[in-house]
Amino acid sequence: MTTFLLKRLATLIATLLATSVIVFLVLEILPGDPALLVLGIDATDEQLAVFRHEYGLDRPILDRYLLWIGNLLTGDFGISYAYKTPVWPLIAERLLLTYPLAASAMLLTVVLALGLGVYAAAQHNKPGDLIIMAISQLGISLPNFWFGLLLILFFAVNLGWFTAGGFPGWGDGALAAAKSLILPSLSLAAVQAAILTRITRSSVLEVLREDFVRTARAKGLSRQSVLWRHVLRNAFIPVITVIGLQFGNLLTGTIVVEQVFALPGLGRLIFQAISNRDIEVVKAAVVLLAFTVVVVNFIVDVLYAVIDPRLKAHDV
Amino acid sequence: MSSFLRRALRHRSFVVGAALTAFVLGMALLSLVWTPYSPTAINIRRRMAMPSADYWLGTDSFGRDVLSLILAGAQNSLTVGVLAVGGGLVLGSALGLLAAARRGWIEELVMRFADFTFAFPAILSAIMLAAIFGPSTMNSIVAIAIFNIPVFARVVRGSANAIWARDYILAARSAGKGSFRITIEHVLPNILAVIVVQATIQFALAILAEAALSYLGLGTQPPTPSWGRMLNEAQAMVFRAPFLAVFPGFAIAISVLGLNLLGDGLRDLTDPRLSRQR
Repeated sequence: MTTFLLKRLATLIATLLATSVIVFLVLEILPGDPALLVLGIDATDEQLAVFRHEYGLDRPILDRYLLWIGNLLTGDFGISYAYKTPVWPLIAERLLLTYPLAASAMLLTVVLALGLGVYAAAQHNKPGDLIIMAISQLGISLPNFWFGLLLILFFAVNLGWFTAGGFPGWGDGALAAAKSLILPSLSLAAVQAAILTRITRSSVLEVLREDFVRTARAKGLSRQSVLWRHVLRNAFIPVITVIGLQFGNLLTGTIVVEQVFALPGLGRLIFQAISNRDIEVVKAAVVLLAFTVVVVNFIVDVLYAVIDPRLKAHDV
Repeated sequence: MSSFLRRALRHRSFVVGAALTAFVLGMALLSLVWTPYSPTAINIRRRMAMPSADYWLGTDSFGRDVLSLILAGAQNSLTVGVLAVGGGLVLGSALGLLAAARRGWIEELVMRFADFTFAFPAILSAIMLAAIFGPSTMNSIVAIAIFNIPVFARVVRGSANAIWARDYILAARSAGKGSFRITIEHVLPNILAVIVVQATIQFALAILAEAALSYLGLGTQPPTPSWGRMLNEAQAMVFRAPFLAVFPGFAIAISVLGLNLLGDGLRDLTDPRLSRQR
């Protein structure tokens, strides 16, 4: 177990480093001179020199990278070109929306998918199973932003139960804020839940065909108790891996869904930054999103090792 | 081949998927030679007209004919899909074949690269590209292609490794063939089915990704018609002309559903080990 953890930790650090190098190279080196990009071609040489000095752009590339990554580790995300203020407070404020949104969508995905997937497997080839499979096939084909638009059409335009978008902030009571995240979470979760339902169902069906299930039935356990006591524990092992992968989709999906529901999250900040040519903000936001995806996948891998007894036995 | 066709025609998801895909392809081809109106013709006096005999799917906020826009949008979606998946397929398969043929540190390197790129969602690549080069159709093609490289590299390496373990490879080796010739003559033909199935599924994902990028304004730019862009414009009119938000979404969903079903069908038909239970 320890060897596995250490190995996985080494991969995590290598991946984080590689991610930071790529983001740095693509956003800082590829565009050419950020000073020219921000100040425009009309800027005088002096203005350009001052700007470069101010943001440390006149130093060697390796120095700049080390400085940037060193600052990142201490929570310093640089200074925004456009707002002239530190980047971190700008981002931190947006994360208070983006992270809860991704997390609630994940929760919704898992609850829906495990329930429907296990039910479908238990009803294998009966009408309940066929209906769930047909709906999930449609769900997989829906663009999440279109589903969001349809939710707005139905629940906001027709029924008037929700506003068509916007976010009141956590200050005015958590309930109002949470309510404004319901439709966005639902539109994010629908597609991922459809995928996870199918995976859960086929995983449960696969375990149901195993010999130990027949043995458990033969020794007199009821179908229900075999399902709950033996099948689900085993069936959820591959499902957990997929949940980890899906978190990445959900997190980047927030960028799209925030646009649909006009939510002031990280995604919106990125778009403002792109149109302002505020590369520092884009860089910080992109690296933060990528890091979150990598770290969550790491946590899922570790969880997987904790749950799967076979992996532990391997190391002993 | 004819027995394959006979089996295929009895396979429900293959038939439905093929029909839907052919329908979308037909829309794209039709738009090359004919659309009811010009998809870019603006007519302020006919703004946001409800669907009627003149305008089957109505008109948008600029008075453009929605049906014509959807037909032309199919062309855009399919072009981006073909180029992005094609690029990812060629590069990814080459890497996968190389990894399987060479093993050792090359394989390790390719796989770590694939793991890493996998952790980097297409939308983040697209955002970075758009931040530097500005938004464009090319931007979405490159971002989606980058996302596709590790997918193909993994699938191809896995299947190619299985082929390399077969006896006929040993025979080819002892006949004096080199790794390159064996890869081209024996490995590639035997894993072609796997690549085709994967490409079909990736095509569906590419259409979804293209629509999302265009919706966000990172992909195809006006006046080129694109389904994602249409939904973006429809959103501003959601209270005045809700029907505008419906049709482009249907077009996307039908294309993706068709390709997904086609991919599932092809997988069942080409993989004898898979039962119909799944």
